[in-house]
Amino acid sequence: MSAPVGQQGSGSGSPAIDIRAVSKSYVRGQQTVPVLKDVSFHISPGEFVALMGPSGSGKSTLLNLIAGIDHVDAGTILVGDTDITTLNESALARWRSRSIGFIFQFYNLIPVLTALENVELPLLLTPLSARERREHATAALALVGLADRMDHRPSELSGGQQQRTAIARAIVTDPDILVADEPTGDLDRVSAGEILDLMAGLNKSLGKTIVMVTHDPRAAERAHLVRSLEKGLLIDSDPADQKDHADPALHP
Amino acid sequence: MLTLRFILKNLSRHKLRNCLTVVGIAVSVLSFGLLRTTVDAWHAGVEASSATRLVTRNSISLIFSLPVSYEERIRGVEGVEIVSRGNWFGGEYIDEKNFFPNFAVDARTYLELYPELLLPDDQKAAFLRDRKGCIIGAKLAARFGWKIGDPVTLKGTIFPGNWGLTVRGVYAGRDKGTDETMLLFHWDYLNETLRKTSPRRADQAGFYIIGITSADAAASTALAIDARFQNSLAETLTETEKAFQMSFVAMSGAIVAAIRIVSLLVIVIIMAVAANTMAMSARERMGEFAALKALGFGGGYLARLILGESLAIAAIGCALGCGLTFPAAAAFGQAVSQYFPVFQVSALTVGLQGASALVVGLVAGIVPALRAQSIGIAEALRRIG
Repeated sequence: MSAPVGQQGSGSGSPAIDIRAVSKSYVRGQQTVPVLKDVSFHISPGEFVALMGPSGSGKSTLLNLIAGIDHVDAGTILVGDTDITTLNESALARWRSRSIGFIFQFYNLIPVLTALENVELPLLLTPLSARERREHATAALALVGLADRMDHRPSELSGGQQQRTAIARAIVTDPDILVADEPTGDLDRVSAGEILDLMAGLNKSLGKTIVMVTHDPRAAERAHLVRSLEKGLLIDSDPADQKDHADPALHP
Repeated sequence: MLTLRFILKNLSRHKLRNCLTVVGIAVSVLSFGLLRTTVDAWHAGVEASSATRLVTRNSISLIFSLPVSYEERIRGVEGVEIVSRGNWFGGEYIDEKNFFPNFAVDARTYLELYPELLLPDDQKAAFLRDRKGCIIGAKLAARFGWKIGDPVTLKGTIFPGNWGLTVRGVYAGRDKGTDETMLLFHWDYLNETLRKTSPRRADQAGFYIIGITSADAAASTALAIDARFQNSLAETLTETEKAFQMSFVAMSGAIVAAIRIVSLLVIVIIMAVAANTMAMSARERMGEFAALKALGFGGGYLARLILGESLAIAAIGCALGCGLTFPAAAAFGQAVSQYFPVFQVSALTVGLQGASALVVGLVAGIVPALRAQSIGIAEALRRIG
């Protein structure tokens, strides 16, 4: 059973992510287009990693593979002791519901549900009672600063508030890992800054491992580690150097 | 509860489209109900038949009559308890558009054979006393505003002339299916008049109604009656009252079959409309479904959401359609009361309306549900971007 949001400890319990010789290609018509070519790297528990690269470089595909919503052609992805490339669909779905929080570029909130109901939704997959679900969702929304917007539908919220709601939804089940695909891509600069602050805070205070795809160098600056891809290959081979980019104040 | 709220809130996404689909389902359920009730009305006589009543008629055709002398010989057949006779009179009241069934019957035995015609004792006695008296069904009385004591003149079409009658009683139906639109008068009055005006047509009965001791003996008794008149000038055909009524329905079998087919087509058409609505609705939400799957929801949950929504639309349409069926049937029944004396929505029809709506809901939702189940998360999310 997950603890109510905001009461978790540090990220020492988060698993490491080991990506080993992962390859992935897509079939477009009659052509097979390689997207990732033999990619390997390691993400330590509680780390905040930014994946950068031009469009089509494979960064979103890599994020999808780490999050378990796409399948590798070759290689393995170990999250803690679990090789997620060997899990079948239902086991993968269970694993995602426990271990991964998703933050999408376009929020992907359910437009007919209120912010509170949107955040409560993933808790349907837990054995929590309705009252407990409501308490957890309320706490998650309070954590992202939306205590006064719980009964609003997404269309009644600004872009930044919608993304905060999406973050609350991502953390409400207390997952170890947050994956974010261009979380600020649809936001103005001020809102983007607020979202990045929030994510950095979650990384620091709750110890969440965060893997974020971004085009925005300012967003990448918030990460401890920036990995760049180009044409399906990692082009920065020495991650230790990347630590210099991280904001020491946000590092757990 | 959240899932139920989710399903119900989904109905508010495209209010106009969903409302039109609900209206479509309601209209189809209503049409289905009315068409089925029409078929039921066609069979009302069959349904009201008794298993212990036989009908004997001329084996050539109903147009030909039988000698009145047959009555005693029929009464002598084993298993026969009571015999009554009658003629389809076919009289018109003022104008042919005022059609209603009217028969000349042997009143005492006929009323004994038809206990479902509920007539107060005093009215029955008055009817039996008055050879020019008649009794009418409650619906017929209401239709023309006739009361006890009112004179009614029928213009004979089969038996020419003006036939003056006096209303001596108004019967009510014991059962829902009892015909309350008939007029019954004394066969003796008809026969006595015919003796004077058309002696060759006198002493002839159009049919005999026979009460038998046991429904199990129906076949053997019918055979025994017909055997008794074999090789006579007027051979008989005896059958159960149900089979007799069915022979009338069978004459319009093609129409009944056409109505049945149309009622099914209505459901198939609305099934396609509802399926289209659900397909559009689900296609627009593939990104949402992908996000839900990413969060860990399985295909089964998505299928429940879609089928739940589809069934909710069908249920609302069904409730509306069923609710409208009763007043519509009452109005329609009123308009066609001269053709269908019994026009009532049966419990079976309501059940079938519900079942058809359930099938519409399931069929409409099943393909989108399967599509949502098999959706590739990464692919669908890419499409949103």
